Parts: sequence; structure tokens; C-alpha cells
Amino acid sequence: MSAITREDVAHLARLAHIRMDENELDKMSGELAFIMDAITSVSEVAGQDVPRTSHPIPLRNVFREDVPSGMLTQEQALAMAPDAEDGQFKVPAILDGE
Amino acid sequence: MAAVTDEVLTFDEAMAQYEPVLGFEVHVELNTKTKMFSSAPNGFGDEPNTNVTPVDLGLPGVLPVVNGKAVEYSIKLGLALNCQIAEVCGFARKNYFYPDTPKNFQTSQYDDPIAHDGWLDVELEDGTVFRVEIERAHMEEDAGKLTHQGGASGRIQDAASSLVDYNRAGVPLVEIVTKPITGAGERAAELAKAYVTQIRDIVKNLGISDARMERGNVRCDANVSLMPKGSTVFGTRTETKNVNSTRAVAHAVTYEIQRQAAVLASGGSVTQETRHWQEGTRTTTSGRPKSDADDYRYFPEPDLVPIHTTAEWIERLRAELPEPPAERRKRLQADWGFSDEEFRDVVNAGVLDEIAATIEAGASASAARKWWMGEIARLANLAEKDIAELGVTPADVVEVEALIAEKTINDKLAKQVLGFVADGEGAPRAIVEARSLAVVSDDGALNAAVEAAIAENPGVVDKIKAGKLQAIGALIGPVMKATRGQADAARVREIVMEQLGVSE
Repeated sequence: MSAITREDVAHLARLAHIRMDENELDKMSGELAFIMDAITSVSEVAGQDVPRTSHPIPLRNVFREDVPSGMLTQEQALAMAPDAEDGQFKVPAILDGE
Repeated sequence: MAAVTDEVLTFDEAMAQYEPVLGFEVHVELNTKTKMFSSAPNGFGDEPNTNVTPVDLGLPGVLPVVNGKAVEYSIKLGLALNCQIAEVCGFARKNYFYPDTPKNFQTSQYDDPIAHDGWLDVELEDGTVFRVEIERAHMEEDAGKLTHQGGASGRIQDAASSLVDYNRAGVPLVEIVTKPITGAGERAAELAKAYVTQIRDIVKNLGISDARMERGNVRCDANVSLMPKGSTVFGTRTETKNVNSTRAVAHAVTYEIQRQAAVLASGGSVTQETRHWQEGTRTTTSGRPKSDADDYRYFPEPDLVPIHTTAEWIERLRAELPEPPAERRKRLQADWGFSDEEFRDVVNAGVLDEIAATIEAGASASAARKWWMGEIARLANLAEKDIAELGVTPADVVEVEALIAEKTINDKLAKQVLGFVADGEGAPRAIVEARSLAVVSDDGALNAAVEAAIAENPGVVDKIKAGKLQAIGALIGPVMKATRGQADAARVREIVMEQLGVSE
């Protein structure tokens, strides 16, 4: 079994801003360990000569021309905002940002 | 939060005991027409939330696409910094929660930057060359701009809410990270300033960034730590964020050296934290300590495919690079006929590009040097800004020269005009019109002013009549005063001589 501890899950939950109760932490640490084991087994068949990838499709160098298009208006941009003021999104003050 | 004044040692005391270790993270905003991953315009000063597409707002279901031009600019910068260009690289998600990033992650590069392992030879003011090793230069995107509101002070600690403009979110950035820099010793602050200045000049020379530090196009995070003299074990470092002028970088490094030295000398230990630069007091204040929140859970960006470079592509870009700065400097000095000292002063003042552009736009080398190193330098000094950051452009200087050449203004008025340009009043010709600054060469008004000056200065008149023509200057002064400096001095001299019946 992979070493995904309860503390690991609690740490990740905190980073991801997900609230988890004691039962959920227990359940998730077991499930994540199981998933990790399944993924680890891939490395048993993929040798050193197989480069790592995060994409199943062999695409590369998909680039866009540097030409402006597709802009929203300010009204469109703010249409779904819970709160707005002076053409800007209004959010509660957050103190611990950079 | 109460203001806390940190203890500091004098710089000399700090240097007697400790060796500074520096590191810089310089963010360069690229001047592509569109953003890094979206086709929204990359503009400055537009109405808030108008340069946005659904990608920049992090709306569900959107698909980012890499700006090919931004990749090419990044490769050019990597080449200019003598870096290796990665054969394969990709993007990663840097996860954090803050309203400046609506996606809840910044798309960046993690363990495979597009450029790595380079160096830059940084020239200090006396010509000493100090090699700075470059760890990496990677592509990422800028964040939106927050304006904190509610608190009386405008400081974040007192704010009740914040307004967010996402025009800047997604603007292409290259972050240049140095390896730890040791051995700068007492020249650490000078090196810091010279390094950031040189990066700014390089990206400007490459044409890949507007490089205006006052607009945040080039921003520096300065890492400083100290180790006891003779040690090779690095101390705990602090990172002073967003130091946005070359002068401030020097000040921030100096202050951190003095502050950390005081902490260590009193037996304490430096806290690893971000620090905020305070321009007003030229100090840094404690920010956020390093914490769990700095675990950004990077993972490969699944919406973007890898970038593969080829030797052909890289060589094509290398061929497009402008003349390297060192060679260019040699050529320009020869073209302009400046002495070594004159030229070094120009380089150290950071106005080489401004003077080159001014000359290219039609001004003489001596005129370009006179204005940039004279009045504009003086204004910058008063404003405690770098000359290039004052807001006067080469085009302004050329326009001032044209106004002088057509005798609309004289040198004295030109200085005033430059002051108004620096204050943001517009272009020189428009300022001359708006403020009615044109020289008075209307003989009627000048004749009257000269008559008054002659009547008030009989002693001077006697000298002139006796043949001492250099005394005419003593009459030009009052005429200038009477016309608020707007008289054409050469014409005043002629009128004085006419009225007194003398000739050269």
C-alpha cells in the first residue's frame, strides 16, 4: 500500500480549501492510497525509455496567432459577478494574500 | 497593525561581520498584442474588465491556447541571457486562492522552464564586470489588479472589500531567476541596481517588453541573506516583493543587509518571510512568513500541450536578435564622438537607449546628451526617479529641439517645457501652446523692456558705451525677468546694441 496518511489528506484538504470531517478523512486516505497503488503499477510496465507525459494525444506546439479577438464587454464580464462596482468585480477583502 | 521599526546596524558594521548572498526574481511583462493564453488584448490603462475573454475570467469550459509570439519572445530572452533553450517544455498549474486569479491557479512552468542555465555579465559603474548566473527563465501569466477599499488608510489590513480588474490577468510574463549570488560584498546594492537595469535594457533592446518599471512592466523580488564572513553556509533569506525601480532595488538590498545584520548580531535568527518594500521610509516591513500555503500543488496543465523547440527554430530567432549591448555600446560611442567619461556617464545614468532614439529621430548627439544628462537628469533627481522612468520620451526631446530651432522657444523655456512634460501635461508643442510659452521676439514688447532696463542701469550703460560689450548681459537679465524668461536673448542683445548705438 502507498503511504497516503490521514495527515496527508488533511493537509491537502486544507490547501484545497475543502472541509472534511473525521469520517471523510479516514475514507479518503484509504481510497487515495488505493488509487496511488493502481497508478504506481503503471511504472512496472513502462520502462526508462518511456518518457513521462501528461497528455494522451501526441500533440505539440499548438499556438495561437497574436491577434486580439473574442473580448467580452465590461457588462458581459460583470454579468455573473455576485457584486460589482465601478466596472470592477467586488470581493471581500482578503488579508493574507501576496 | 502598529508600525514596527526594526533595529539596523550601519552598513559598515554589517559588512565588517557578514557576507551578503543575493538572488533576484525579475518578472518581465511581454509586449505582445494579446495575452499568454487568450486572445484578449494586452493593454495598459484601458477601462477595467474590457481586455478580457472567458479564458481570463476562468469561466467553466474554456480552453487556453498558447500565444506563439510570447513563446518566441521568451526564447529570445533566454538566448540574450546565454541560456540553454529546452528541447521540450510545458506548463503547470500553480494552485492558490486569491481574487487576483479567477481560475484559482496561475498557469506557469514548473520543473521544465523554457530557458535555463545562463549568465549575464553585469557592468558596475566603474566598469567592473560581475557575472551573475541565471538559474532559469520561465513563462507564466500576470494576475489581475486589486484595489483595496473601505479602510481609511487604503491599506489592505483595514480594507473591507477589494475591487478587481482582470485586464492584466493573463498578460504574458517571463520570470528570470538567478542562482545565489555571492562575492558582491559591499557592492551588493550597486550590483542589484546594475543587474535589474541591465535586464530592463536587454528586454527593451530585444523589443519584447515596454520595460517601463513605473508601469510594472519589469518588477523585481529581491532575496537577501547573510552569512558570517568566511562561511560558505547560506543563512536564512527574506524575499522583498515588488521593488519597482532600480533605485529601490539598491535601497531594499541595503536595508535588508543592515536589518538582518542587526538580528544576527544580537543573537537572533532571521525569519524566512516575504517583506514589503516601503518607498516612503526606504525600509522593508514584515509580510507573510513561509507556511503551508506555499505548497502550491503544481501539476502539469492538462489543457495545454508541450512545446518542442528545434535547432532551426532557435537559430532563426537567434538571427533576429539585435546587436548585443556591449558591441552596440562600442559602436554608438564611436558614432557619437563621446569621450569615455561622457559615454560612461550616459550608460550609468541609464539613458543610452533614450539618447540613441533621440539621435535616430533627428537630434544631434550633443543636443541629445545635453538634454538627457542636463535638465531631464536634474528633474529625475528632484523626483527621485531614474531618468528613463521620468516619463520624458525621445520624441519629446526631438520636439523641444525643433521648437528651439524654429525659435519658438529658447533654452530656458525648453527647460520649463520639459518639466511640464515630466508632470504629464502632454507633448512639448502642445504645452507651449496651452501655456503660451513661446519666446517674445515681438520687437515692440522687447524695445519697451530694453528701454526700461537701460533707464534703470545707467552704470551698465556707461560700461557698454565705453566698449565693454560683455556688460550687455547685465541688461539681458532684467529684460528676461520682465518677459518672464520668454524673450529671445539673441534678439534682446541686438536691440540693446541698436538702442545704445554700439556695434561688435
